Amino acid sequence: MPADTVPVTGWGRTAPTAARLIRPRTYEEAAAAVRDCGARGGIPRGLGRAYGDAAQNAGGAVFDMTALDRIHVIDAAAGIVLCDAGVSLHRLMEVLLPLGWFVPVTPGTRYVTVGGAIGADIHGKNHHVSGSFSRHVLSLELLTADGEIRTVGRDTPLFDATCGGMGLTGMILTATVRLQPVATSLMSVDTERARDLDDLMARLTATDHHHRYSVAWIDLLARGATTGRAVLTRGDHAPLDALPKGTRARREPLAFRTSRFPAAPAFLPEGLLTRTTVGAFNELWYRMAPRARTGELQRISTFFHPLDGVPHWNRIYGRGGFVQYQFVVGHGQEDAVRRIVRRVSERRCPSFLAVLKRFGDADPGWLSFPVPGWTLALDIPAGLPGLGGFLDELDQEVAAADGRVYLAKDSRLRPELLAAMYPRLDDFRALRAELDPRGVFVSDLARRLAL
Amino acid sequence: MKDAFGLPQSLLVLGGTSEIAMATARRLVARRTRTVWLAGRPSPALERAAADLRAQGAAVHTVAFDALDADSHEATLGKVFAEGDIDMVLLAFGVLGDQARDEREPAAAVRVAQTNYTGAVSSALVAARALQAQGHGSLVVLSSVAGERARRSNFIYGSSKAGLDAFAQGLGDALHGTGVHVMVVRPGFVRSKMTAGLEEAPLATTPEAVATAIELGLRRRSETVWVPGVLRVVMSALRHVPRGMFRRLPL
Repeated sequence: MPADTVPVTGWGRTAPTAARLIRPRTYEEAAAAVRDCGARGGIPRGLGRAYGDAAQNAGGAVFDMTALDRIHVIDAAAGIVLCDAGVSLHRLMEVLLPLGWFVPVTPGTRYVTVGGAIGADIHGKNHHVSGSFSRHVLSLELLTADGEIRTVGRDTPLFDATCGGMGLTGMILTATVRLQPVATSLMSVDTERARDLDDLMARLTATDHHHRYSVAWIDLLARGATTGRAVLTRGDHAPLDALPKGTRARREPLAFRTSRFPAAPAFLPEGLLTRTTVGAFNELWYRMAPRARTGELQRISTFFHPLDGVPHWNRIYGRGGFVQYQFVVGHGQEDAVRRIVRRVSERRCPSFLAVLKRFGDADPGWLSFPVPGWTLALDIPAGLPGLGGFLDELDQEVAAADGRVYLAKDSRLRPELLAAMYPRLDDFRALRAELDPRGVFVSDLARRLAL
Repeated sequence: MKDAFGLPQSLLVLGGTSEIAMATARRLVARRTRTVWLAGRPSPALERAAADLRAQGAAVHTVAFDALDADSHEATLGKVFAEGDIDMVLLAFGVLGDQARDEREPAAAVRVAQTNYTGAVSSALVAARALQAQGHGSLVVLSSVAGERARRSNFIYGSSKAGLDAFAQGLGDALHGTGVHVMVVRPGFVRSKMTAGLEEAPLATTPEAVATAIELGLRRRSETVWVPGVLRVVMSALRHVPRGMFRRLPL
């Protein structure tokens, strides 16, 4: 197995640490890698889309899971797939769409692995209908610290600890996932503008349940009366008869098509994203969005994964990288959302394309992020002066509203706040202490937050 | 672990009574630092520094450490690193000496050189190896503008800092890509007990300003930090002044 000591970061490119990167190609190699990973342990890593330090392990091993990428069984009648943890959602779409099936949940990028999707218990624009990824996982195989491979079924403590467990319960080798049937590979999309935050929240509350997918792109640089203005996009998988007759799309309704721009260059200067440039971008993007449009046909890649069109888009933040902040607060805590949006807006953080969404019911993962309520996600250049203290203040608002921040995106939370945000943290720690007493599975995130 | 802004959770200070070190520690404890190791010669001042940081809410340990006793560094620092990861090591010890006396008494001059240079080389190498093993961490080395170009008025101190500065730069390059970050801090004249009674140089600064610059440097993962920042330009010019003219400058 190749093993190099290399600096590793998350997608936000902050806080690099060095680790031996090991890429097992078989389950036997994976088991050997875990057995021999040494005193500083190891952590599985997929495609590195977690923003912070979840898939880093300073001085230890990082298991690159992307070579374990076989799709073992597809039950095209029942809509169930059994695949390796290193298979990406992109690959699943390529294979499954022509068969009339879609992944049950996709985040804003399809370049995540199935193992990562379970470890972070990811959510998508359909959370209010479909819950998080783990809701659709029927079972998984987990290589634990003792070297055993366990089949983990639903409604067991190990399953609930693993879903959202950030890879700290063991290495997921395979998963059996229930799929979503689709008639076409296109989306039927309704777009509308909201003039301010209250308008936006009212619209989301009133009509979210009419659509399988719903999200709002919010302009956090808008101030005054337009604070929180947004563009809502809601969509559903287009039925066959929505596709115009005689077109290529109609003849091949299940073809998976993506578009791709050139990658962002490797060395971009810092300071491209300023209040001025981001403000201009947000203004333009808001103005260009239709006031109201229904039934527009969009590709899956356009609707779900616009940023995947630009490989390495995270480089636009330059060498200093960026921080993503995502929190959720429950229904009834709308005031907390309003306060935070106002504070971000007043501070003039150059944050483009923040996302506001309503979550549906929670899933049982102990460290799973989504709870019913409102979630807001925003990107900010890490070099912004005073950003650390400002985000600490937002944490206080979130914690006071019984909310939480998302571990897959975190790179800077004050550890003292974690237990209040995740009430099952003690159970998680106890299970880990029993399952993995030597701490074989450990990451920078786990060290930083004492998970 | 350091967070996205380079703020450490655990800090080891070598030279625990240094005013710059204390200002930096206070600042970092107000942010994310929860564990502090203060290494220095056992003294009431060291205990006062520890109590000061404890009052701020940090868990503080003091360690007996003598820069001049290089043979002990391995064991002393090894014990600290055995207790858990250290996210940042601040190498802050140093003595100014007394130029006039040190010129008369070579033994005193050697003590300045041994403290500032060989003591630092030994302890930095021990710390660097431990940081490399844990795969992360910052080694912050307090150098000085005095080391940038030796001056008539304090070339003994200056030469020891010049050696330290060159050593730390090379160490930083050697550790590039290992997850360990080495940052050389070059303050100008700092108003502190070390410089008490001396005539103040232009662009004088304070321990608090150095601490602020260190925090910024951690966030940017800087390799060199000048305090105040304008010294980078000033010293760049002074470096190119011909010897004959430099000798006559009132520095």
